[in-house]
Amino acid sequence: MQNSTQKFLLGKFKDPDTTSASVKALSAEGIRVYDVYSPFPIHGMEKLLGFKRSRLTVAAFFFGLTGTTLAVLMQVYMMVWDWPIDIGGKPFFQGPALVPVTFELTVLFAAFGMVFTFLFVNKLFPWKKTIIFDERVTDDVFVVAVDQARLYDKDKAEDIMKKSGAFAIAEQEVDDPYFDVF
Amino acid sequence: MGHYTSPIRAQEVTGGLTYHDVTESVLKPLESKPNKLWLMATGLSMVALGIGLFCLGYTLWVGIGTWGLNKTIGWAFDITNFVFWVGIGHAGTLISAILLLFRQTWRNSINRSAEAMTIFAVICAAVFPVIHMGRPWLGAFWVLPLPNTRGPLWVNFNSPLLWDVFAISTYFSVSLVFWYLGLVPDFATVRDRAKGKIAKLAYGGLALGWNGSAKTWYRFELVSLILAGLATPLVLSVHTIVSFDFATSVIPGWHTTIFPPYFVAGAIFSGFGMVQTLLVVMRKVYKLEHMITLQHMEAMAYIILLTGSLVGIAYTTEFFIAWYSGNHFESFAFVNRAFGPYWWSYWIMMSCNVFTPQLYWFKKIRQSMLATFILSIFVNIGMWFERFVIIVTSLHRDYLPSSWAMYTPTWIEFGILLGTFGIFFTFFFLFAKFFPVVNMFEVKTLIKVPHSPQEEYAEQHAEVPIG
Repeated sequence: MQNSTQKFLLGKFKDPDTTSASVKALSAEGIRVYDVYSPFPIHGMEKLLGFKRSRLTVAAFFFGLTGTTLAVLMQVYMMVWDWPIDIGGKPFFQGPALVPVTFELTVLFAAFGMVFTFLFVNKLFPWKKTIIFDERVTDDVFVVAVDQARLYDKDKAEDIMKKSGAFAIAEQEVDDPYFDVF
Repeated sequence: MGHYTSPIRAQEVTGGLTYHDVTESVLKPLESKPNKLWLMATGLSMVALGIGLFCLGYTLWVGIGTWGLNKTIGWAFDITNFVFWVGIGHAGTLISAILLLFRQTWRNSINRSAEAMTIFAVICAAVFPVIHMGRPWLGAFWVLPLPNTRGPLWVNFNSPLLWDVFAISTYFSVSLVFWYLGLVPDFATVRDRAKGKIAKLAYGGLALGWNGSAKTWYRFELVSLILAGLATPLVLSVHTIVSFDFATSVIPGWHTTIFPPYFVAGAIFSGFGMVQTLLVVMRKVYKLEHMITLQHMEAMAYIILLTGSLVGIAYTTEFFIAWYSGNHFESFAFVNRAFGPYWWSYWIMMSCNVFTPQLYWFKKIRQSMLATFILSIFVNIGMWFERFVIIVTSLHRDYLPSSWAMYTPTWIEFGILLGTFGIFFTFFFLFAKFFPVVNMFEVKTLIKVPHSPQEEYAEQHAEVPIG
């Protein structure tokens, strides 16, 4: 992980279409976009930025499976093995009766496991000092950020951003920008 | 997809609001000083909460002998209120999860407040099973599989009452997480606009360092979708399990296989009733009519009409089966419901749940906010009585006529019910003041930006379909 101060070239936009167009045009010229910041998710952006398919779904499945297993083991241990109780001569192991609790614990484990994994991989935690390239990026401004250390022709990148509809171009220094990305 | 809307469809955000307008109008109440109306409403709710706390304390101190229960009627106000509040919660999850899976974008502006309502309603519901145990300080050992010194003697996993514990607590915690996750991007908006020190600290903590990065958004959407997928069967399971509390018993009037779907439909019905009640007022007071439009209110009216009619079919089916089964106890239970000593509660239920919602067939009624408000209150009343009818009328005529009894609630029980309304509204008003009441980022995705020269450039350069 790099630990240095980096300078970023920022193109600021007013709507998602021009933002996407700018990212598209930049990548067509072989300029690597560091990240895009937007007030709401832009559809198709993950493809434009070339993200790999997230494995959070796989994580959710295995968390769910853990819940299922623990629920069955717990109920069988308590009802059959540790302290079996004769309730009207019925069998100690009653399959259908175990379904509700097993289902609930599956959902509980899958939901919590996935959400905490999400927070962990995105490094989201309370009072985190975060990179904010524009104060209104959570309101109505869309920012396309390019790492200048990886940029050979700054003027060209600026030109593309302007042409695709950026209302402002800015530069900003950021400490340790690769903390968030992995 | 994106913010593209078919020109045929009515706009979901009217008044030509821009992204910034959405932020401004949603955050206005949050960023301004509380007004007199809010202070009065919150104060009033806290008074109700105070009365409730007194009655709860009195119940815990003296015991549940302070209630109107007797040897025959062991469940009455307590469980009626429990089922009533759990049911209210279901609309929130339906809106946030099921409508997300079905890509119903009209949910975007109402999901936040509906989910908040869910969480507060489940808190209110949880009060009753806890206090109806009589000695709740021992309750942890009765409801949770905790190791203890008596064996350990575990809880009974064959009992629907135990399933309820797991269902309600899972439902509550998953709903809370889902709600909070959706709030994070909006908390970030509040954080970035905050002026005061305390606000910066508080919302800075809640926003978890959110900065709207594309990678975070991508994963966020994925997580929301899977949570919706998990919450959908969860919400159906919760009221199904609540109905098992009754359906797995052998009491005539409870022992019916129709209960799970009938309870779920009723829960959604009552929940939407409460959502309408709250939103009719909130959209007016907070001036959110451009985001929560008449179209939204109508869509909810359609759901109320549908679920109300479903509940009506369930009532009729129960009656038919009671007669068709040829079981004397069963048919007596149902005839007694409609024409016995509690006939008035049955007919309040029928009128408020089956008859009055039919008025929603008329467009004029659906579009009149006064009529909607009144009808939604009727739904709330009707669904409270449904649970009362199911519980009390089935119990009060026991197998032996010598055990027949009547039930009259005491003022302590009314006080506790009032107290839960106090809990609900105190939380809801605090939410309305300190939280963004509309999901801003989801509403922003519905806005169509006007055509601009930049858009032309975008169209020329876009090979990957965008928007």
